[in-house]
Amino acid sequence: MEWRAPNSPTACGFPPLPTHLSRANLCGVVQVNLTRHLFAFFPQLEGQLVEVEATDVAGVVRALEARAPGIGFYLCDERGRLRPHVNIFIGATIIRDRRNLSDAVTAGDKVSILQALSGG
Amino acid sequence: MTDKALWAATRKGTFKIEKSARRWRATLVGHSGVGVNYVARDPNTNRLWALLGHGHWGAKLSISDDDGATWRDNPAQVMYPQGARYIGQDMYEDSASEFGVAWKTTIRNATLLKLWVIAFGDDGAIWIGTIPGGLFESRDGGASFELNRPLWNHESRGGDLFNGDGAGETKWFGTPASEGGEFAPGIHSIAIDPRNPARILVAISTAGVIETRDGGRTWRSRNKGMTMDHNPDPEAEWGHDPHVIQLCRGAPDHIWQQNHAGVFYSDNGAESWRKVSAPSVGVHFGFPVTVDAHDGKIAWLAPGQSDAQRMAIDGGLFIARTEDGGVTWRQQRKGLPQKDAYDVVYRHALDNCEDVVAFGSTTGNLYVSEDRGESWAVVGHNLPPIYAVRFG
Repeated sequence: MEWRAPNSPTACGFPPLPTHLSRANLCGVVQVNLTRHLFAFFPQLEGQLVEVEATDVAGVVRALEARAPGIGFYLCDERGRLRPHVNIFIGATIIRDRRNLSDAVTAGDKVSILQALSGG
Repeated sequence: MTDKALWAATRKGTFKIEKSARRWRATLVGHSGVGVNYVARDPNTNRLWALLGHGHWGAKLSISDDDGATWRDNPAQVMYPQGARYIGQDMYEDSASEFGVAWKTTIRNATLLKLWVIAFGDDGAIWIGTIPGGLFESRDGGASFELNRPLWNHESRGGDLFNGDGAGETKWFGTPASEGGEFAPGIHSIAIDPRNPARILVAISTAGVIETRDGGRTWRSRNKGMTMDHNPDPEAEWGHDPHVIQLCRGAPDHIWQQNHAGVFYSDNGAESWRKVSAPSVGVHFGFPVTVDAHDGKIAWLAPGQSDAQRMAIDGGLFIARTEDGGVTWRQQRKGLPQKDAYDVVYRHALDNCEDVVAFGSTTGNLYVSEDRGESWAVVGHNLPPIYAVRFG
């Protein structure tokens, strides 16, 4: 699957989604809690119970991208790496693989996506 | 007066500057709380473009089609393609060195670190300058952006790193302006010849000025006559630190450059540059320059106190104007603070349009002159740090 430009019927020059974000590896339903800061840019997600199907964190990001086009590039850079000042937790545990987002999720997990506290 | 609007890009949003009831006012119109590096209007489509630097969420292109009333992310964002790499320099701890540290070059994967400047060709092309030194172009009105590979793969950067490791040496060095903290080159100036939109001058911190005459297929250095006080070889082809360049739209062979090492001027299309610093009147160091749209010998600068200090000279703020190609300069101080001022004016934060000149500082002060700099009115003293002031 390609990462298409939001609100656009064409690929618009976007590169293909990095392989690890492209796997069709959907199964478990997980609940995603997003920092409210993201609602300023993706108001369609505010007040929603966000549930996605995925087996790993990359799948969560890909599912979010399908629901809110553009959000993937807010969370990750164009190499698919988690941005330095963004954190993702599975339950109360911070993910380990920020490069490929390969940490597994299972049905019923709660995934929290937060901005790191990186300033005074 | 001018029929163009005036915009300020700041650390905390985009402002529209308007005059009503004989007073200039700045109104926050978008991107509240978000860093905005640059704002400009595409004259071909009337669309406004803002170059954002979110603290956490990366660099984004934002657009407005209703004169700034509403903004949205452009559907196509600037992304470095897979395989885009560049040579960087890193200092590392080295106990074997008598200095305890050593330098090494490393090949880095490129990701977008900053959107710095946008420019529009009369042919409809949109060009965007970024850190780490990629120039992006759109030939479909902004529906897609592509890295200009001839410049990215230029021999001065070590050649084609998409296919192999290139020559292993780069002549492009870093700028501290990166939002990611990474020391990497940055493109901050894109000057398009209105007579021929295939002729473009680009300026890079830190490398120099480079030109294409075929719409970006080939590039060659344009640094003749520029000198570097800080370099053992002041006339080296590369390593220059232009802070900004701007050409005269009505006389495009007249090009001005505020450089780390002084003020330079070319009246032959950047075939060669002439140093026109005048330290006795404070004209030497600074970041911005703006050029009259009709007379290429007229330019304004916002001088600062030396590269070591980077603040207003002797606590007094002034704009310097020349009308004779830099032979003589006039300090324009009326209406500006003349003591206890510490303002720095960034490279994109001084602009002119007909008789109106405007500038803003990193201390949040914004001034407008309606008589070509002879006298100044305050727009505001409490704005966020100002990155760019542009008419459009």
